[in-house]
Amino acid sequence: MKKLFFVLLLALCSLVLFGQEGPPPQNNNFGEIHGNFQTDVQYYNPDSAIGAPPVPEKMLMNGFANINYTNGNFKAGIRYESYLNTIQGFDTRYKGNGIPYRYATYTVDELEVTVGNFYEQFGSGMSLRTYEERGLGIDNVLDGLRLKYTLHGFYLKGFIAKQRSYFTQGPGIIRGFDGELRVSELITKWADSPTQIVLGGSFVSKYQDGNQIFLASGTPLNVPQNVGTSAGRISLTRKKISISGEYAYKINDPSSINNFIYRPGEAILVNASYSKKGLGISVGAKRVDNFSFKSDRKAGLSDLDISFQPALVRQHTYSLLAFYPYASQPTGEFGYQAEIQAKLKKGTKLGGEYGTDIAINYSGANGLDTIPTIPLYDSSRIGYTTNQFSLGDVYFQDLNIEIARKVNPKLKIMLLYSYQVYNKAVIQVKPGEPLIYSNIGMIELSYKISSSRSIRMEMQHLYTRQDQKSWVMGLIEYGAGEHWLLSLQDQYNYGNSKVNERFHYYNATVAYLKNATRISLGYGKQRAGIFCVGGVCRYVPAFNGLMFSVTSSF
Amino acid sequence: MKKIIIFFALFTLLVSFQDNARKVPSVDLKNLDGKTVNTSTFSNDGKPVIISFWATWCAPCKTELNAVAEVYSDWQKETGVKLIAISIDDSRSSSKVAPYVNSKGWEYEEYLDLNSDLKRAMNVNMPPHTFILDGKGNIVWQHVGFKDGDEAQYIEVVRKIIKGEKIDH
Repeated sequence: MKKLFFVLLLALCSLVLFGQEGPPPQNNNFGEIHGNFQTDVQYYNPDSAIGAPPVPEKMLMNGFANINYTNGNFKAGIRYESYLNTIQGFDTRYKGNGIPYRYATYTVDELEVTVGNFYEQFGSGMSLRTYEERGLGIDNVLDGLRLKYTLHGFYLKGFIAKQRSYFTQGPGIIRGFDGELRVSELITKWADSPTQIVLGGSFVSKYQDGNQIFLASGTPLNVPQNVGTSAGRISLTRKKISISGEYAYKINDPSSINNFIYRPGEAILVNASYSKKGLGISVGAKRVDNFSFKSDRKAGLSDLDISFQPALVRQHTYSLLAFYPYASQPTGEFGYQAEIQAKLKKGTKLGGEYGTDIAINYSGANGLDTIPTIPLYDSSRIGYTTNQFSLGDVYFQDLNIEIARKVNPKLKIMLLYSYQVYNKAVIQVKPGEPLIYSNIGMIELSYKISSSRSIRMEMQHLYTRQDQKSWVMGLIEYGAGEHWLLSLQDQYNYGNSKVNERFHYYNATVAYLKNATRISLGYGKQRAGIFCVGGVCRYVPAFNGLMFSVTSSF
Repeated sequence: MKKIIIFFALFTLLVSFQDNARKVPSVDLKNLDGKTVNTSTFSNDGKPVIISFWATWCAPCKTELNAVAEVYSDWQKETGVKLIAISIDDSRSSSKVAPYVNSKGWEYEEYLDLNSDLKRAMNVNMPPHTFILDGKGNIVWQHVGFKDGDEAQYIEVVRKIIKGEKIDH
């Protein structure tokens, strides 16, 4: 298969070469080649005080390049990945070099055919979502065949594939089908109707060989070789109001995540929003019960996921606000959120001369109120029943208020306050740890010196009586001309009850940005912690050293 | 090892002979009404287009689009440029996109790229990542990251396109 791709690439390459000899490139039919590249190189200083583990290689590197070829209705591409060896915080199963991603797609009229690797999502992703988050080392891409067909408002997709697991593939085979109907597209005169309705349904099934496994205790257990998930969804939009919902049901799927119980899984997600100029309101809720769906029943927590469980909490980007980040719990949770965005008018008393933005957000997640079966694993192995009308333990809560105001054409101020409750015992799987209550406040100032020079400052403070106690953080960023960005920051754990562990985590970074290229060099320390990109998180150990990074796209 | 050498040889060849006249690849997105829209329908009657990738959880992205929003009507009057904002929020936060966009009063064309299909097809590593297209839909300029004042570069590029001047890569 790999050889085939090389031959294909060589062929494409020769096409491009010939293309250069012909008329101006805009007019040729040899297609376009484009892609991107990223590398992160880290040099490690040993620092046992902050807990930075020794690194025998001293220097580690992650890198990848995507190369895509497009010619009209045909697309093909590969991704080369290199981990020599994988940088700290990434799963060490990323090791060495390889081409784990290659695909070819073409479209003829209403039909689209893909062979090789593809990312796919059905509805909100509860029944199926394969995606990549390169910054965290998450990639559960599918490898197989996919067909898409569009017909008068009907959108159909089907595939059969295996799933990527680092540089290998999971043992299961996944089959998926999704149909979506846009009601307004059925009849021409409905196209511009103020009410838009979209209905959808999907079925995803995984096959894994072997209908009997042995538990750690040695007890044999019959398990289904085929596990199916069905889901239905609706989305309704009328002028300023929008409502959407999805429900998914999974048959019994004993796995190491749910302790091999036979209980079926259920998940429901509902979102609603209202918005007009100057005001936006959104509310959402979800309930998940035993809905971890993976292509290997023995896969670990973040491996081989078929189902994606969105966490509804606000995804913070400022460092101390994201100190205690929540990750959704597919075994069971009830999540909720409400948010109001308002823009106070310019020239009013509250709005000030240039207008003021206010955002209030409240979100959280609780466990389900479960009643374990007695004995715990009886012959039915249902595991537990739930009380539908009450909630279990608090997993996470966040109430935050953000106010941003432009004071004059050069100066902007943003204030953000957040109150968070974090269940470390559940989220980090550390039984016995107490709930962490934290109050976090911050101020950000942005000052434009000239059209190409600017300064941005952050001051953040986190107050808590639990865990490592209080932290303070300061950052100053200077935009020097069109291409240079310099930043200095320090995080200081001044409240730590162990006086000799009141460390400073300082960091200096220089970045050069031009067009689609970013080159940065940083030196300093980073605390150990959970780091998230777009809400997906991983644990990263403490770091002391040099970081070099290049991203570019062509 | 052999494979790696072949790979790098090919890579170098491909990069050195790349064709700069790139267009936006054809990918399905959703608009804020939940309807599917293909990128091949993007047009601005022969005038330049700015495409900006952002997310509700990305602070510099919001700074960028709020900064442009203040001068957008002036830019449109002067050059006829259109900005297309592509949110890469997934199902965790995609329902917050419309309330955010509307509350800010953004006049952009807004789409959701729920599973990052267009982000991947346009080789975006991290938002904010901004592209400028000439009147024929060719990508002529790109920019990553955002700091206050960068928006002035965008309108300069747009003005050059309109005057038919060469864009500095």
